[in-house]
Amino acid sequence: MLQQTINTISPGELLAYALRLKNSNYRLVAISSTKVENGIEMSYSFDSGEDFVNLRIIAEPGDEIESISSIYPYSFLYENEIKELFGVNITGINPDYKDKLYRISVKTPFNMKEGDK
Amino acid sequence: MMGKKTVIPFGPQHPVLPEPIHLDLVLEDETVVEAIPSIGYIHRGLEKLVEKKDYQQYTYVAERICGICSFMHGMGYCMSIESIMGVQVPERAEFLRTIWAELSRIHSHMLWLGLLADALGFESLFMHSWRLREQILDIFEETTGGRVIFSVCDIGGVRKDIGSEMLKKIGSILDGFEKEYSEITKVFLNDSSVILRTQGLGVLSKQAAFELGAVGPMARASGIDIDMRKSGYAAYGKLKIDPILETAGDCYARTSVRIREVFQSIDLIRQCIALIPEGDIKVKVVGNPNGEYFTRLEQPRGEVLYYVKANGTKFLDRIRVRTPTFANIPALLETLKGCQLADVPVLILTIDPCISCTER
Repeated sequence: MLQQTINTISPGELLAYALRLKNSNYRLVAISSTKVENGIEMSYSFDSGEDFVNLRIIAEPGDEIESISSIYPYSFLYENEIKELFGVNITGINPDYKDKLYRISVKTPFNMKEGDK
Repeated sequence: MMGKKTVIPFGPQHPVLPEPIHLDLVLEDETVVEAIPSIGYIHRGLEKLVEKKDYQQYTYVAERICGICSFMHGMGYCMSIESIMGVQVPERAEFLRTIWAELSRIHSHMLWLGLLADALGFESLFMHSWRLREQILDIFEETTGGRVIFSVCDIGGVRKDIGSEMLKKIGSILDGFEKEYSEITKVFLNDSSVILRTQGLGVLSKQAAFELGAVGPMARASGIDIDMRKSGYAAYGKLKIDPILETAGDCYARTSVRIREVFQSIDLIRQCIALIPEGDIKVKVVGNPNGEYFTRLEQPRGEVLYYVKANGTKFLDRIRVRTPTFANIPALLETLKGCQLADVPVLILTIDPCISCTER
């Protein structure tokens, strides 16, 4: 089995790290999100065939997270999903479906407070 | 000169779609210039359900993510929990999981071949494909008691064994299946009407497949050597496996890859039957998981990822499932550009979309 590593970085470092991985022929496997105490924890998973790397950032309320779709064009689907389900403010997604990917009736269902409808 | 643009909603209900995906197709005359997806029609919030079901109960939920890859979803979830808890699954259970996983791949590809034949209007070929698939479903029923949801995979191993007599019977059923299957593959690969509808359609180059993050048969049909089984999870590390590759990247190549993968799965099951050791099928798991893990395995449609985060209680913080169809949507949207409206159903079908997986 491939080793898996998690590198915690700041949101400002994301694009530089993603570009470095892209230049080393890593593919983006997925972007996963989890609601944590101080915001949304986002894990960007990359694979080179021999190495499995995860970049971890915390998107705190009010943070703007820059899209990596300029580096990995297909990240737009993950980013639209996270924006819609978790309410993370991801900017510069290309294309940005503007909350019309899932078309669900509940706003940000994975980031609701107790009692929200 | 550019023609007038028309937007046609394709799906969620469409005769060719086995499951409801919705695409807004932007057309110039009969040519697709853009496709815009929306995927929430059957969103069930199964990932969210992890807040209400404990980590043992969630095994049953994981199996219900999809009716086609049911076993593999249960297996991937169990593997994640086992990795977090450091559980060593008995070797016999690893082989049994591999046998059921490969039978699931055969059943899924046979289902897809039938759907393709149906989409092409080739009804007799559709019926032959699904008639043969019944033999695999019968094996499921005899070994697990279920034809769709098996509930045999559990954290720590499997709930049911397959005895040596039944293993021999599976081998013999597969011998007969392989013979009949060889006959219908000749039609899929050589019939002029099938070739006319699939060759040169929806071409995805190797570079584009990589740049768009394609996985599974979609990527392998474009020449990308990617198959998570090579990482050696379950019993795959003890089996000889070479990814099936094509280079044309069109609908015909994707059909060819899936057809050859059925033969490959038969071979892997035969290897399992020859190598399966005697022994326990499950270890007892006590306590609650604490930690996080990314598990990846190869479903019929390609690589799937499970991310599980646990906090030491019986309720998990998070399960995230990235399905292969979700990963293949960007490549689908790209290949749709420039195709004719009449070819859209066949093109969508050749990514083998599984929407219930995708929407979870």
